[in-house]
Amino acid sequence: MAVAAEQPPVDLREPAGWRRTKNNVATVLMWVAFVAVLVPLGFVLYTVISKGAPSISGQFLTSSIPPNIMPANFGGMGPAIVGTLEITALSAVMAIPIGVLGAIYINEYGGNRVLARIIGFMADVMTGVPSIVMGLFVFTIWVLHFGYSGLAGAFALACLMLPLVIRSSYEMLRLVPDSLREASYALGATKARVTLTVVLPAAIGGIVSGSLLAVARATGETAPLLFTIFTVEATNTNVFSGPDTALPNQIFANATQPYVGAQARGWGAALTLIAIAFIFMIAARISTARFARYSR
Amino acid sequence: MDQPEEHVVKTELPKPAALDSRREEYVSDYTSAPVFNAKSVSIYYGTFRAVTDVSLDIHENEITAFIGPSGCGKTTVLRTLNRMNDLIPGARVDGDVHYRGASLYASGVSPTAVRRRIGMVFQKPNPFPKSIYDNVAYGPKINGTRNKAALDEIVERSLRQAALWDEVKNRLNKSGLGLSGGQAQRLCIARTLAVEPDVVLMDEPCSALDPIATGRIEDLMQEIKSRYTIVIVTHNMQQATRVSDRTAFYSVLRDEKSDVRTGVLVEYGSTRQIFEDPQDSRTQAYVTGRMG
Repeated sequence: MAVAAEQPPVDLREPAGWRRTKNNVATVLMWVAFVAVLVPLGFVLYTVISKGAPSISGQFLTSSIPPNIMPANFGGMGPAIVGTLEITALSAVMAIPIGVLGAIYINEYGGNRVLARIIGFMADVMTGVPSIVMGLFVFTIWVLHFGYSGLAGAFALACLMLPLVIRSSYEMLRLVPDSLREASYALGATKARVTLTVVLPAAIGGIVSGSLLAVARATGETAPLLFTIFTVEATNTNVFSGPDTALPNQIFANATQPYVGAQARGWGAALTLIAIAFIFMIAARISTARFARYSR
Repeated sequence: MDQPEEHVVKTELPKPAALDSRREEYVSDYTSAPVFNAKSVSIYYGTFRAVTDVSLDIHENEITAFIGPSGCGKTTVLRTLNRMNDLIPGARVDGDVHYRGASLYASGVSPTAVRRRIGMVFQKPNPFPKSIYDNVAYGPKINGTRNKAALDEIVERSLRQAALWDEVKNRLNKSGLGLSGGQAQRLCIARTLAVEPDVVLMDEPCSALDPIATGRIEDLMQEIKSRYTIVIVTHNMQQATRVSDRTAFYSVLRDEKSDVRTGVLVEYGSTRQIFEDPQDSRTQAYVTGRMG
């Protein structure tokens, strides 16, 4: 039996040439894109945190808004925080149920019906409407008749959230495989049962996180609130009537002031707003993970 | 693929093979009425006629197998038996399907009520993204059983019937999606049995399973046969010979001029007769492996 000659190992590396060059170029481009995205984000966060953090304190989060001329570390943003939370919550209560029901109609019941296609198309159009136009719209049909209020602001924010909720919920419902619907039908379920007990539970994680992302986005909207809630310094606990205030409005108002103290409070408000939006994002993540308990 | 001469029709589609007298030698006598009685059933998807002129009886406590090449309409006929085709837009049924004396497609018949009696197991295991317990309890729950003790009992009985109880009894609250393919398919069978249907329709239930899991499901079918009437679509002819009492062979008819294809029932008889003494040359070609 002949002894096998010692052979060098096979070279399994990508051979040098055009293909390896393309690979290297693409890798570099991806890193450049990654850094290009990260740099502005990093600067924004750095600026807001470095300028806003000194203002943040228990007193800042609860105290009323002082006159602009007062120095930094005096007063706080309590009324604006209360206003933002109230108005956002109210708009979520209005937009999320309607949006989810609309998405259920489009995906489960509408089929190719004209109404379903109109709703889907209108939702897409609404996504493209500038937020300031939403504010003007609510100003014209509501504020001119009933005056400024948190409720009017909530209407405007709900108009902004609605298409986002419809779109994200629709996409989630569409991902539910038909085989699950068929399994339910084959057990004698009615359409409503199939939707409520199989389709909605299977999609709920995505629907909740999509809705929370829509809320997070609406929290930061300024333009629609300027026309609808006015901007006041005092706490208005009644969200349904009287001029109100919110964090984005205060950031806008304070940023246009020449006083150092007012500007510092503005930065503090900006940091607070980012934190609130961030909390919604985290909640969205947690809800996705939580509802996915049975999906693997 | 060469189409045998018999597959080409010039103008008019022929009637399915007549039930000739020799068939009687192989089939046991039936005194009770059949569970299903289909007469001249044609099924359309939009303008496409998927199945043409199918007539057959399906008998109680038997396993009836539908075999035939792809596209011959086996699954379409199966889904007609519990009105699952209603879910496909444009699907339409011509002719008459009787189930225990009632016409399935008469006006006023609720597909929901039909499907409560006639359950279905699908080709791909499709457990709900719920716990194993909730998967089985789902059917009884939507049909009105709320009592926890009653549900517990139904879940255990159904899982035992599906030969899955011993494997999952300690993890009933774990996701049904965490089971292997064979276990998931037995879970789907348990889910179907939990509503105590009269008939179980099975659409290629073993096509995604390995031979061992397939064997378990075939054993299971034999065990539950005394309580249920089973109709199974299968691509596996050995499976048909192993499990079924009767076999229906479907094939595709192609019109030479227009190239329009449609499924027809070629021959229906006892499984022994279909495989050992087929009356139609197409059946013979198929069961001996020369076609399809």
